[in-house]
Amino acid sequence: MTDFADSPETDGAELYRASARQLIWWRFRKHRLAVVSLVFLVFAYLVAIFAEFIAPYQPGSIEKLQTFVQPQVVRVWHDGGFHAPFVYELKRTRDPETARVRYVEDREKPLPVRFFVRGERYEFWGLWESDLHLFGIEHRKQKLNLLGTDSLGRDLFSRLVYGARVTLSAGLVGVIFAFVLGLFFGSISGYYGGWLDASIQRLMEFIRSIPTIPLWMGLAAALPIEWDPLFVYVLITLILALIGWTHLARVVRGRFLSLREEDYVMAARLAGASEYRIVTKHMLPAMTSYIIAAMTLAVPEMILGETALSFLGLGLRPPVVSWGVLLQDAQNLRSISLAPWLLTPGVAVVCVVLAFNFLGDGLRDAADPYGQ
Amino acid sequence: MLHFVVRRVLWAIPVLVVVSFISFVIIQLPPGDYVTAMVAEMRNNGEFVTAVQEEEIRTALGLNDPLLVQYVRWISAILLHGDFGQSFHWNAPVADLIWGRLGITLILSTLSLVFTWLIAIPVGVYSAQRQYSFLDYLFTVFGFLGKGIPDFLLALVLMWVGFAWLNMDVGGLMSPQYEGQPLSVAKALNVLGHIWIPVVVLATGGAAGLIRVMRANMLDELGKPYVETAYAQGLSERQVVWGYPVRVALNPFISTVGWALPALFSGDVITAVVLNLPTTGPLLLQSLKMQDMYLAGGFILILSVFTVIGTLLSDILLAWSDPRIRYA
Repeated sequence: MTDFADSPETDGAELYRASARQLIWWRFRKHRLAVVSLVFLVFAYLVAIFAEFIAPYQPGSIEKLQTFVQPQVVRVWHDGGFHAPFVYELKRTRDPETARVRYVEDREKPLPVRFFVRGERYEFWGLWESDLHLFGIEHRKQKLNLLGTDSLGRDLFSRLVYGARVTLSAGLVGVIFAFVLGLFFGSISGYYGGWLDASIQRLMEFIRSIPTIPLWMGLAAALPIEWDPLFVYVLITLILALIGWTHLARVVRGRFLSLREEDYVMAARLAGASEYRIVTKHMLPAMTSYIIAAMTLAVPEMILGETALSFLGLGLRPPVVSWGVLLQDAQNLRSISLAPWLLTPGVAVVCVVLAFNFLGDGLRDAADPYGQ
Repeated sequence: MLHFVVRRVLWAIPVLVVVSFISFVIIQLPPGDYVTAMVAEMRNNGEFVTAVQEEEIRTALGLNDPLLVQYVRWISAILLHGDFGQSFHWNAPVADLIWGRLGITLILSTLSLVFTWLIAIPVGVYSAQRQYSFLDYLFTVFGFLGKGIPDFLLALVLMWVGFAWLNMDVGGLMSPQYEGQPLSVAKALNVLGHIWIPVVVLATGGAAGLIRVMRANMLDELGKPYVETAYAQGLSERQVVWGYPVRVALNPFISTVGWALPALFSGDVITAVVLNLPTTGPLLLQSLKMQDMYLAGGFILILSVFTVIGTLLSDILLAWSDPRIRYA
């Protein structure tokens, strides 16, 4: 318990009066990396939720004369003095030797970056129409491409923001499916034991004995191309969950097996509580923290699965924008050497996956009452 | 021990049956079949195909029979004659296609497996022995990065680095001019220049996870009284560490060695696709996209069978090395 000595709340009696939740929070707060990850993830999900507002352009708006624009640098120094944030106007030229299109900054013409500008019209979550964007530049022809553009001149930053909505939610929805399955089978298996436990164990062993990637690929390839993208999205998350649930079920079962023997469960049983009540009111609360930690660690698996499938062209398909779909553009060496910025969705994937891993580790350590 | 082995082997049989059935069903799932794709292509080329002719092709190929009949026909041909059927797209026996690409896949995967272990075991042991040292932190960061970076992304970046800064021609297993040439010193050197990227990519992905496991297990073991006893007996640190706790900490390696078997076979599908390697992975992807059902089904079946056998082997190995599992 020396662990808490440096926290102000824990002088003397505070520690003994703290609720379990408070103890977990104190322990979690000591895990710097996990806290940073939590902040980062909250930020990422906020961006995904307000994608239409934050992205300066629509994900599908094509600009014929702005293909493969390199990422633009936002500057604050112009003409020997500080200046509000701006970018230079780009001039499209051709390389005299290779005839490749190049974009050169015109140092004479700064374009100020403005906040809360009117731009392309969009429907916010299909609820109301607006044309207000968080930032952008006011120019008839020029666009602001923070992360460059792709082969059709679409703004990569906008696409990344819209893709975050699909990829990040696919991870969560997949985990929720897996969680429902895992919790249901795991709790039955652990609570009742006997032949029910044995058969569920066999089922899980069986699912785990099928190689993941080929099975994912097989199932995903079975989805017809002409189906509604939204429906395909739900099915892909289901496919991801179909394999992911066994891990959660094993965690839940293990906890149930050990909790079943606890005295307080026996006491509840003797007091005449129904089985449903024992499971939901007495046993599940004792393991929520474990379940949350296990779920957090399962999200990155799902995100990586979705990215990999979409990357191979078996998962989500354009015009749906997800990070895996975006990475399809960076599939061959030619396009990467021509436009390395097409790899930025990959950087985003790595950051989110790492953040989820750190957060999950932190939660697991914080939830363990016997931890250091 | 014998009892355990027999029970495990018997249990594997129904799993194999179900796995084979599932792999057949997966292939049947997509609406439309190979004939639909073939006819569409013929029509694209300007040929005239009626719906009746389409049906005739289907009947001739036996695609109109009930699912169970098709399954039994498929599986009995495999079991009795080793005949995996005909790939529609390649117009060649599936078995030839698969076995033809297997050699290179096996070499590549064995190499990367060996590298994974060569990296993971010493690094994991070192990290545990010198916990919280600078190198431990460095390896921890490396481990997390390896876990977070998808294999195909690592492959892409390494390829790009090799191409843009080291000025090498990357991708594939050899330069085009050596394709189909007889084996020579120059060709072997060329292959060596190409093979390191897939090996590094596959080994990094695997090693990152195993280092964490190895380190955690070693930390658990190093604090136990038997280690102290060994030190008290006057053994050197090297003798103590490698003689006792390492052997216990190796358990996860034994339990995953069985998984290496299907991994050896499948290589890493995605990495192989990115790097354009002539292994089995890209063939599987292509067959799934083309709905070349016998080829894809053969693949999934073989992979699943290897996984089941691999799990069986690891379970037996684990039980053999650790009596606690045998009598559980």
